[in-house]
Amino acid sequence: MENRSDPLKPPVWTWEIPVYFFVGGAAGAAAVIAGVGAATGAEPGVVADARWIAAVGAAVSPVLLISDLGRPERFLNMLRVFKWQSPMSVGAWTLAAFSAAIFGAISLRLLWPDATVLALAADAAAGLTGAVLATYTGVLIGATAIPVWSRHIATLPLHFGASALGVAVSLLELLGHRAPALNRLGLGAAAIETVLLIQIEWARDAVNRPLLTGSSGALVRAGAWLTGPLPLALRLIPGLRLAAAVSMTTGSLVTRFGWIAAGRRSATMPAAQES
Amino acid sequence: MATKGFFTDATVCIGCKACEVACKEWNGVPADGFEWTGRSYDNTGGLGHSTWRHVTFVEKERDGLPAWEFSSDVCKHCEHAGCLEACPTGAIVRTEFGGVFVQPDICNGCGYCVVACPFGVVDRRPEDGRAFKCTFCYDRQKAGLEPACAKACPTASIQFGDLDELRERAAARVTELAERGVTDASVYDPRHTSVGGTHAIFLVRGDVRAFNLPLNPQVPTVLLARGWRSAALTAILMVVSVWLAL
Repeated sequence: MENRSDPLKPPVWTWEIPVYFFVGGAAGAAAVIAGVGAATGAEPGVVADARWIAAVGAAVSPVLLISDLGRPERFLNMLRVFKWQSPMSVGAWTLAAFSAAIFGAISLRLLWPDATVLALAADAAAGLTGAVLATYTGVLIGATAIPVWSRHIATLPLHFGASALGVAVSLLELLGHRAPALNRLGLGAAAIETVLLIQIEWARDAVNRPLLTGSSGALVRAGAWLTGPLPLALRLIPGLRLAAAVSMTTGSLVTRFGWIAAGRRSATMPAAQES
Repeated sequence: MATKGFFTDATVCIGCKACEVACKEWNGVPADGFEWTGRSYDNTGGLGHSTWRHVTFVEKERDGLPAWEFSSDVCKHCEHAGCLEACPTGAIVRTEFGGVFVQPDICNGCGYCVVACPFGVVDRRPEDGRAFKCTFCYDRQKAGLEPACAKACPTASIQFGDLDELRERAAARVTELAERGVTDASVYDPRHTSVGGTHAIFLVRGDVRAFNLPLNPQVPTVLLARGWRSAALTAILMVVSVWLAL
């Protein structure tokens, strides 16, 4: 019955969006590390660098998002209303709150070092909003009409969150930190990603074909291997932490592009619609 | 005021595309290409940012003979609209006539509505940057007129009026057709799904999917609970694991 056009519209987003998923996710996870670290008295160097990673991410993220808009000059309309039922609305407000908190945390420590309670509160706010930032993007693409995305609504937040934490840890290691805690967290993130990779490989029905075949499948699979089994193995071998960090960081970016590409293909696949 | 709707009776559509032309003329919709689709005289391909009425041409076989059917597709103006729920700027609203309307002065072209529509209707116009779809001729309705497509349709295939009355008319038409020996006609109005019914209902013959009408459209908000639960658990797991590790 070939008498119809594409059943759904593919996403119109360009490269800024998967890059934002990567940057925003890592920034949010870094803020969690900074917030928890500051509250529990962890190694100050790690906490400070985590805070800076979060701040850089907070500065870059809006630029990426605004430039992807069809009418960038109207970006403030994102803060016109707050809608619980729109993950993008929740995300826009969360990003705004996150940016305010992380810049507040940094400014307080630079300009008003005595205000320790206020600074800790800012760290906590950044950590809480950061945890949302690192995971909500999974809800964003999962709660759509795109079949391959909606099929994975339950695991996409976990995938993006684990990936984000893995990148935050990796960036800290690439900046020179060697705390064993970072290796443990990196192992945990890679373990979760490995489980999710198995779940993707196991799913062989029509809806999941964009994850396994074609260029989108190549990206998703490559990303999954680079954030899952490879860093998992590398972190278990002493001395290969940095290689694991590079693998995790690369894979996290690649997997974002993979999932967007998979969504694009899923929208134009007729066979996947009849469920 | 009773809520308004479209009833498109494909059994009397002659495929003239007056609806496509009238819509474009009234709304100043730009040209969006001319395609040799290979699907009879379908040159527009489907609904999109610059095609708000699309005539589907279906070539099929019935009782061993070729049959040729036409239906004018349009935005469904869902009772529970994916695009409306997804829009983060509040640009997409429900009008007093029951239609789903994208306010062009607010839309900033984020594109989220595009992936939220289970019917693949709304899209972002590249040259313009904003999202566009059928407006249900909001401006015409405000002036007490019927939408341009309904006005132009020469066979009254596109009917406009109170949704309740249109639903009755559609049901009566199915009965009338059955009495005349046409037993494969059905009314498409997905009230059994989370979309909750549409303000644009269709009467077509045979498989509705041939006319780009999905069997089970869902408004993506039904997925939110599961998604946010997963995000919350992941966030908690993240905070707890960082706390335990550091």
